[in-house]
Amino acid sequence: MPDLGRDYRIIGFLCNWCSYGGADAAGVARFNQPTDLRIIRVPCSGRVDPMFVAKALLSGADGVLVSGCHPRDCHYTEGNLYARRRLELLRRFLPIIGIDEGRFEYVWVSASEGSRWRDMVTKFTDKIHSLGHIPRMAETARTLCALEGMLGASSAQPDMWHADASGRQPRHDALLHMDDYKEVMDGE
Amino acid sequence: MASNSSASDSPDRIKTLRAKIASELPNVDFVLGYGRGFDPLHATPVTVRTEKDLDRLIFDPTCVQNLATSLYGLRGKRLGVVVKGCDSRSIVQLLQERLWERENLVVFGLPCEGVIDLAKLRVTMDIASVKAVRFEGSVRDGKVVLTLPEGERELPSAGLLADKCLRCQHPNPLVSDHLIGPEIEPQGAQDTYADLAALEKLSTQERFDFWKRQMGRCIRCYACRNACPLCVCKHVCLADSREPHWLSAEATLQEKWLFQVMHALHLAGRCTECGECQRSCPMGIPILLLKRMMNRELKELFNYQAGVSLEAVPPLHTFLMEEDRIKDRGLLW
Repeated sequence: MPDLGRDYRIIGFLCNWCSYGGADAAGVARFNQPTDLRIIRVPCSGRVDPMFVAKALLSGADGVLVSGCHPRDCHYTEGNLYARRRLELLRRFLPIIGIDEGRFEYVWVSASEGSRWRDMVTKFTDKIHSLGHIPRMAETARTLCALEGMLGASSAQPDMWHADASGRQPRHDALLHMDDYKEVMDGE
Repeated sequence: MASNSSASDSPDRIKTLRAKIASELPNVDFVLGYGRGFDPLHATPVTVRTEKDLDRLIFDPTCVQNLATSLYGLRGKRLGVVVKGCDSRSIVQLLQERLWERENLVVFGLPCEGVIDLAKLRVTMDIASVKAVRFEGSVRDGKVVLTLPEGERELPSAGLLADKCLRCQHPNPLVSDHLIGPEIEPQGAQDTYADLAALEKLSTQERFDFWKRQMGRCIRCYACRNACPLCVCKHVCLADSREPHWLSAEATLQEKWLFQVMHALHLAGRCTECGECQRSCPMGIPILLLKRMMNRELKELFNYQAGVSLEAVPPLHTFLMEEDRIKDRGLLW
């Protein structure tokens, strides 16, 4: 397996009845899976408000995967059928706001489909890795500092401002408000 | 003072409007209509409570506001409201969502040829210096005569028409109790979503940077929300709520942007593209693009347009077991 599982943040919204069970089955079967995915268990894919996805993507998640029961198999009969319409609309909406549509995917995985789950996660993670990190509305403090040459290399806390070996970009939240001023200056 | 001489805005029509409103006044608490605003280019909403107020009513291409916006806050009253064709779609949507009762509403519908977009005028002159406005001929192919300190200036009115009027398919109110004036043929071009296509030509990263620049101007005044006729949960808006805490009070681009995305998502299948959000934006951010994107996809996916039919089922309130236009995502891989 290539360099998976480092630095990328992928959020998975999994329905309690099928996909969460499917992910569990994949674990029990000891399949080798990428570790980028953070799973959030929801009662039903119909519970997934498109705002969950939007908030995750805009807050810095590199990808979002929603997974529920196969159509006709919903524990609540029709939750995933409403979800399908909503999520499809969201998927088509994302490009206009400048987010690659590949960063969001919704799939159907049943509780017994452990190997299918493994395939889904691996493929989705590969795709996110090929897309790279998601662009941020607010630049990270590191980029800001590099541009402004404000703090330069801090020998006291070198890893605070510089990419470590993995290319991870550390953030310093106290400095994030400065991004706005930079944006305004850029915009003029 | 502005005066009008085009066919659709004949003095007869405003007389008829006043007479119809006068006849309904005993049955309603008040009627919302258009009056002259603080200068000849601006109209303002007025409430007509007695016959004395009737003289304040006007209707001309400066009447840009969507008066349906005020309706939801006035629930429980029995109201009359003056609407153009586009505004009537907001009314249809409010009725469809049962946010207003039909029997408590008297609609005075005015077939409308188009309204002007002051933003288009503002790029050519200082609109504060305009002393008087006169519309000659139809708004579509006539002219606007502006009285400026240095003299009169004529402009073809077609160049000042609001974008929504250029693609208007519903110049005649879709719902009305009193239709004032003759119905007119739709003159708008078929909507090709050229504005979206221009944005789509850019790369994803360029599009993202476009919005970054645009949203950098946002002052978070929420005028877009307050001007939206269908943003009806203003008192419990997620933008203000602490629990759940969707948006923080931080003035970061991310919060501003998330609000706009939320607005678009909450209007999916409801937005009638009246354009009030964009018109009311003091910073000139093209936020209608987001709603138009959503509407284009809704049309393609579900062949649905909001605010056109009272009986239509909103596409996100229903489903088909087998969706015609949605490929099964699970089988793609």
